[in-house]
Formats: sequence, structure tokens, C-alpha cells
Amino acid sequence: MKRRMNKKTKTVLDYLIIIIIGIVMIYPIIWMFFATFKTNEEIFGSVKLLPEHFSFQYYIEGWKGTGKVTYTNFFLNTFLLVIPTTIFTVASAALVAYGFARFQFPGKKILFMLLIAMMMLPNAVVIIPRYTLYNQFKWVNTYMPFYAPALLCCNSFFPYMLIQFLRGLPKDLDESAYIDGCGTLKTFTHILLPLMKPALFSAGLFQFLWTYNDYFNSLIFINSVKKYPISLALRMSLDGESVVQWGKVMAMSTVAVIPVIVLFFACQRYFVEGIATSGLKG
Amino acid sequence: MKKAKNNVRKRDMKAYWYILPWLLGFAILQLYPFVSSFIYSFANYSVGSKPEFIGLCNYEKLFTQDKEFWNSLKVTLQFALYTVPGKLILALAVAMFLNREIKGINFIRTVYYIPSLFGGSVAIAILWRLMFLDNGVINAMLSRLGLPNVQFLGDTRYALKTICALEIWQFGSSMVMFLAALKQVPKSLYEAAEIDGAGKIRKFFSITFPQISPIIFFNLLNQTIQALQNFTSASVITEGGPLKATNVLGLKLYKEGFAYFKMGYASSISWVVFTVIVSFTLIIFGTSKLWVHYADE
Repeated sequence: MKRRMNKKTKTVLDYLIIIIIGIVMIYPIIWMFFATFKTNEEIFGSVKLLPEHFSFQYYIEGWKGTGKVTYTNFFLNTFLLVIPTTIFTVASAALVAYGFARFQFPGKKILFMLLIAMMMLPNAVVIIPRYTLYNQFKWVNTYMPFYAPALLCCNSFFPYMLIQFLRGLPKDLDESAYIDGCGTLKTFTHILLPLMKPALFSAGLFQFLWTYNDYFNSLIFINSVKKYPISLALRMSLDGESVVQWGKVMAMSTVAVIPVIVLFFACQRYFVEGIATSGLKG
Repeated sequence: MKKAKNNVRKRDMKAYWYILPWLLGFAILQLYPFVSSFIYSFANYSVGSKPEFIGLCNYEKLFTQDKEFWNSLKVTLQFALYTVPGKLILALAVAMFLNREIKGINFIRTVYYIPSLFGGSVAIAILWRLMFLDNGVINAMLSRLGLPNVQFLGDTRYALKTICALEIWQFGSSMVMFLAALKQVPKSLYEAAEIDGAGKIRKFFSITFPQISPIIFFNLLNQTIQALQNFTSASVITEGGPLKATNVLGLKLYKEGFAYFKMGYASSISWVVFTVIVSFTLIIFGTSKLWVHYADE
């Protein structure tokens, strides 16, 4: 009897711990959402979560942005930057992964080692020469500094992830396609690509997220407000006025965070599987 | 027969076309910048001008005259030493806690994962800044609990730790990896250990840790490389202050290179960052033989 009681209290205690950690994890984001309805007076010096009134005034005001550039522009810019970058990354990574996973060519070993080693090449080291290079190409203040590395498969994480995935697909698939007279490209596009869909989707999600959240590269390569993605627009909203209206800033931060949360809930399976597998095989 | 073999060779040679994007990317956007940043680090150089070689002057200035440098290096190392173990230990502890039959485990995992969606997000960095202001909600909570208020962002003792807290809060993605790894540890190992009378601690060090050590290794390496390059949180939350207490090397590099356009000097900083990263990588790889256990060895 006593033992059962203990077990019960233990379960209750466990759930209590789980809930407390859960609150710590999620509270800041909920607080952010409610702060979008609060005046500075309500935000500061108060522990209250709920606002006095619900009014979307800060969303409307915040959306206007600065000067003539509104958040409609900032969002369009962000998607113009992020979506092609994501597509290019997945496409180039799939081709490169196919090359490495399915062929035995001279120099493969050393090239593969270089590919892996590049995962450890810090962005900080290459950023300055890349900047001068892009500057010569007149690419500064365009989105090319984001597209070019994506097209040229410069984040080794993605081909690596896809190579691991391809290794799990039986080679008989390609062999029988070759025997049927398929070329290498057709074998890839008709046989392997459809099977790679979940891995491609995971890769795309990560790249979307990382590019969407990126601040450092945007700060360096984009310098006119008209072309700002959301990350830079948000940063700018802190400097614009002498007294920051935090409700407004929080409203735009919330708007910036929503696409990420929606994407996450829509594609949860791919997120969790993507992380779990990319880290596991290796 | 011979012909078939030739065909195979021919087919294999086509691989170069498939890896061509990466070959170009590697040459133009990785190898070339890597070499030239090394060369720039020995030059006086800014955009539009020709690099003027000045030998070791950049490094000499960095190590002996620049008052900010040693502080920045120290702050960067502290940031990595707080956040990486903090994040990994927390992720592992929570993963172990969740690794059993619990109702609603998927929901819990989802909730815990959410903060790590915002790694490097400006929106969340701004939120952090607002919450930890002197009269922000965190201090209001402390007051309510009867605790003294803390100048989280204004006091040199706490500013870096406040930024670290943001990083550690995002432990979810490591946790998901650990959870997946823990699920793969064969139950029979624990059963055998129980028969031998092993306690919880013994079981952790003899079974759990060795079994999941490859994933710990992978996370440790990744997180360390990331942490040593931190920029967003220090830039948005504290802007390097107060009194340079959060002026990490990433921030210093940005200021020297892209605010003052001293690109040669900034390159020498980037090589310090690189050296630090390589040293940590070597240490982690070097010690891995002692603690990382691969199943197929």
C-alpha cells in the first residue's frame, strides 16, 4: 500500500517537474504575445501577464515600419531572400550528395574529407574576403551573397545529411535502372529523388529556419532599408525613436516569429526526424 | 566483360558533374577566402584599396596594444564555457528524465523544442533584452518573491550570464537528439546491469554515457564551434556592453571590419577565432578516444 502511494506521489512529482520546465520554456513567448497589447507603463515593473485592453493598435502602427518602407516590404524581402536560398541549397546538396554517395571516382576519399572538414570552417574566417569578392561582383546590397553559397553547396551540413540518407537506400535500385538503360541523371531524378523527399524536406526546413533567423550576414551584406529583411528591420526599430514603444516592437517581433511557429507545427515530424537522424548516423 | 567494366568507369566519371557545384563553391567561396583572409591578416587593407603588407603588425597590435582584445577573448571563452556544458548537461538531464513511458511525451517534446527554433533570432533577442531590463518583468518577479533586484544587463558581473541564459534556454534541439539516442540503447544492457546489482550512477557511467557518447561528441563539437562565433545575442541584447563585458570576438571582428573598415586588422581577429576553434576541435577530437565509444569498433 505504502509503495503504491509512493509511486503515485512520484508520478505527480514528475509531472510537476515537467510542467515547471515547460512553463519556463514557453512563458517568454506567451509573455511576448501579451506584451503586444500593453503600453510601456503596463510592461515595466509589473508581473501581470494579461493586458488591460486588447487592441491591435500596435500591430497597425508597427506594420507601418519607417519612412515609406512597411513590414509588407520587409516580409517580401525576407521571402525573396529565404525561399530561393532554401531551394538552391536543397537542389545543390541533392546533386552533390548523389555524386558522393553513388559513384566511385578518383579522388573521392580526399574530396569527401574536404567536404566534411568544411563543416568546421567558421563563417568568421571567410566573411571578409567574401565581402570583398561580392563587392567586386557588385553583389553587396543584393541577395546574391545568400544565393551564391546556396547554389554552390557551401554549407556541408546539407550534402552530408543527404549522403547519410542515400547510404540507407539500397544500391540495387540504381543498378536495375542502369540495366534498363537509364542514364545517371534519369536514375537520380526518377528513382532516387522521389525516395529522398523526407530528407530533402528536412534539409529545406533547416535552411529556411537558419536563413530566416540570420542576422550577421544580413547586417554585412544588406545596407539599404528598402532591402532589409525582417531581422534588420526589427533591430532598426530599437534605434529609431528616442523613447522605444515596446508594445510596438513586441508586436512586430511576434509577427516575425509566427511564420516559424506555424512552419514548426505544420512540419513537426520532419523537424524531429531531421534532427534525430542527422545527429545519429555519423 | 572488359567493355562492361569500361562502361562502369565512364559512368563513375560523371560524378564530377554532380559534385561540380560543391567543387566550385569550395574553390571560390571557401578555399580562396580562407587563404586570402590569412594573407590579409598580414596587411593594412580596406575595401577598394590594395593590401599593403605590414608583416606581423596586426597581430602585434592585437596582442600588445589593443586593450579590448584580451577582454574579448576572455569573454568569448567564458561564453563558450558557460553555454556549451550548460546546454548539453541540461539537455541530457531532461532527455533522461523524459526517456520513459509518459503520457503526452510528443507534446512535451514539442514544447521543449520551441525555444531552439529561435537560435540567432533578432525578435527573441529583443524580447530577452526587454524582459531583463532593470524595470523589466524578471526583476518585477524577483520583487514579488521578495528577492533583491539585479541589473542583468547593466552590471558587468551579470550581463554575459544573461546572454548565456538565452543560449541555454535553447537546449531543445540537443535534447531531441539525446532522446532519440537514449531510445536506441538496448534495454537488455540495463537488465543485465541490474542483475549485477549496479546502482543508478553506475548504470549511467557504464551504460548510458558510453552508448550515447557519439551523439554527445557531435553536439559538443557543433555547439562549441557555434558558441565561439556568437554574434547576434551579444549584438542585440547588450551591444557588447556594459564596459565591454559582452564584447565577444565576433562583435569585435564586425566592428573593426565593417564599421571601421580595417579589414586587415579584422582578418587577424578572424584568424584568432579560427585558431581558438581549431584548438578546441583538436582537444575534443584528441580526448574523444578516451570517452567516445563507437559500437562498430
